[in-house]
Amino acid sequence: MKKFYKRNLKLILTIIFTLVPIGCTDTTSHSKGVYLLMDTSGTYTKEIKKAQAIINYLLGTLQPGDTLAVARVDSASFSEKDIIAKGTFDSRPSVANEQKRKFRQKVDDFAKKVKGSAYTDISGGMLQAVEYLNEAGSGKKYIFIFSDLKEEIKKGHIRDFPIQLQGYSVVALNVTKLRTDQVDPREYLDRLAMWEKKVTDGGGKWKVVNDLERLEGILGG
Amino acid sequence: MTYSKMLYLWSENPGLSIFIWAITAVAILYAARRQAHELILSVGRLVHKSMRLAARSFILAEKRLSARNKEVLLAAGEESAERIIEREFQRINSTVARDLSGYPTLQLELRGQIKMIDNDYSASADVPPDPPGWTKAVEAVANIPASGDTMVANLLGVINKSVNKQHSEAMDDYRKANGQRHSLLKKMLPYWRKMSNTLDEVDKTMAGLLERSKVIDSKMEEYSQIRKGTDKAIRTLSSSSLTQFFVAGFVVLIAMGGAVINFNLIALPMSEMVGGGSYVGPFKMSNIAAMVIILVEVAMGLFLLESLRITKLFPVIGALDDRMRTKMIWITFSILFILASIESSLAFMRDIIAADMQALRQSLSGSEVAAGASGNWIPTAGQMVMGFILPFALAFVAIPLESFVHSSRTVLGLVLVGILRGFSFLLRFVGNIAKSTGGILLKVYDLLVFAPLWIEHMITKNKPEKENQAILKNKSNANNIEGGKVA
Repeated sequence: MKKFYKRNLKLILTIIFTLVPIGCTDTTSHSKGVYLLMDTSGTYTKEIKKAQAIINYLLGTLQPGDTLAVARVDSASFSEKDIIAKGTFDSRPSVANEQKRKFRQKVDDFAKKVKGSAYTDISGGMLQAVEYLNEAGSGKKYIFIFSDLKEEIKKGHIRDFPIQLQGYSVVALNVTKLRTDQVDPREYLDRLAMWEKKVTDGGGKWKVVNDLERLEGILGG
Repeated sequence: MTYSKMLYLWSENPGLSIFIWAITAVAILYAARRQAHELILSVGRLVHKSMRLAARSFILAEKRLSARNKEVLLAAGEESAERIIEREFQRINSTVARDLSGYPTLQLELRGQIKMIDNDYSASADVPPDPPGWTKAVEAVANIPASGDTMVANLLGVINKSVNKQHSEAMDDYRKANGQRHSLLKKMLPYWRKMSNTLDEVDKTMAGLLERSKVIDSKMEEYSQIRKGTDKAIRTLSSSSLTQFFVAGFVVLIAMGGAVINFNLIALPMSEMVGGGSYVGPFKMSNIAAMVIILVEVAMGLFLLESLRITKLFPVIGALDDRMRTKMIWITFSILFILASIESSLAFMRDIIAADMQALRQSLSGSEVAAGASGNWIPTAGQMVMGFILPFALAFVAIPLESFVHSSRTVLGLVLVGILRGFSFLLRFVGNIAKSTGGILLKVYDLLVFAPLWIEHMITKNKPEKENQAILKNKSNANNIEGGKVA
């Protein structure tokens, strides 16, 4: 037995001194960061109930240490003022549960007094999301856009530049068809293609989920 | 040059071209026949010899390993037999110390009892009453002839009365004495019983000692067989080792199942302590912490059983003096107890966290939060009890683990021997195949060049006959010439 130890001591020490630093130096963040952009323009305010259901789903799915922010998309969305609720959940499950309850309360309060905006600045919202999630330092970053993806920008605002979305998954949720889309469905398809190009050009992944029953696995990729 | 160009090198007709190619190939093969044969034979021999050499080295390694396995097996068997014999001697020692050490006292007690019985017996002896001294006087008076004298009659009447009275008094005394003797004999009964019980106990002790001595005899026989290294002893030890390996492995698997349940009990509440968002490598910190707690419990269990001298995995602990060992027993037991209590409280916390999460999910999904049922405390209590019991149950894994470790040395050795034997067979098989293939290839080669070989055979067959005929012809001519000269 002693001989065995003596012979294999070097090997054991090598394994220990290799594995321990590998384990300790792994600085990869395993947390998730989700930024939900809610369209509040015009008739889309009627869809707020669905948005609430998505937020509730996210609150139930996200784990302690994950980050969630919900912001509205209005005339000029590149602003912290548009954030309805945000926060990184505590690493302790009991505290995280309490934070989730408060988060939900904030969203419910907002849903009660939501007003429609004249313009829809989705790009500004995305910029704000990227900025926020980069600061949060999440390992996996998701931007959910709850909108019909029809962007209407105020005159003078510049948004036609590429957005850096490397490491981001952008998911368009509940992309409703507009009246004009009924006349010419190509408009709808062009809109989706335009956003996909914008996201993939920026290095991100693009996905569309219109059936909200299929939210399971939305945070898996 | 492409394949088709090569094919049509000799003629436009493919059949003719192929025929020319075949003739050329056969001619080349025939020309190189001797060298090709040598090459094929050399390669065959080389492969055969190399394989045999490799097989030989594998056999040698297998023999060395077998010898080492035998040594390990015998050493383990020897140690185990020594342990059993030592334990049997300890038992005999404790029996002797417990029962036979009290033998002087027992002897005294028995002597006292015998004395008491003896006294009582002596006291109960039936002493016949002494004959009265005036019997002769009575006889003389009785011999006086009855003459009708009233005085004599009166005297005799008085004497008769006195004698009767004396008789009844003597009878009373005799009865009393008899009664006393009976009571003394009755008093002796418990002493007899006590003595009988004492002797029974002595008998039992002696029978136990005899049985133990028989066990020791059989174990000593086994031990001597192991010391001699007989085949029977090796076979017995191997089979026992294999049985132990599978049984201990099965129990270790059960213990692992217990550890998994234990892990699930404490992993969630551990995230409340160390945080649920931090990771070490790909593993959650809380999971690692839970696993560490379980492993520490197992380690404490190992140390506890080692200190109790139930297992012998760490000779250092076994060699400690009794005082230190007792300290170690208490320390390890205390740590195990504390960890079990922590686990129990963690199990309670897990229930609270799980209930909170469930309530949150229900409120998020919009359904009403279910009111607590009256028997909700049962799973909580069950989890707490399990959290407390499992660490102690896991502590006992040290016993099968020891058996598993010891028997796995033998089993691994046997498996390695089997593998080496298999490799050796495979190599010899490949070597023989290579040798046979060489022979087959020679035949195939000759088959390809059968035409020139046949021609060669025909030439070499006719050549000696012609040569012989020429020689014979020359000889006869010479004889004729010589005969002519003689004539």
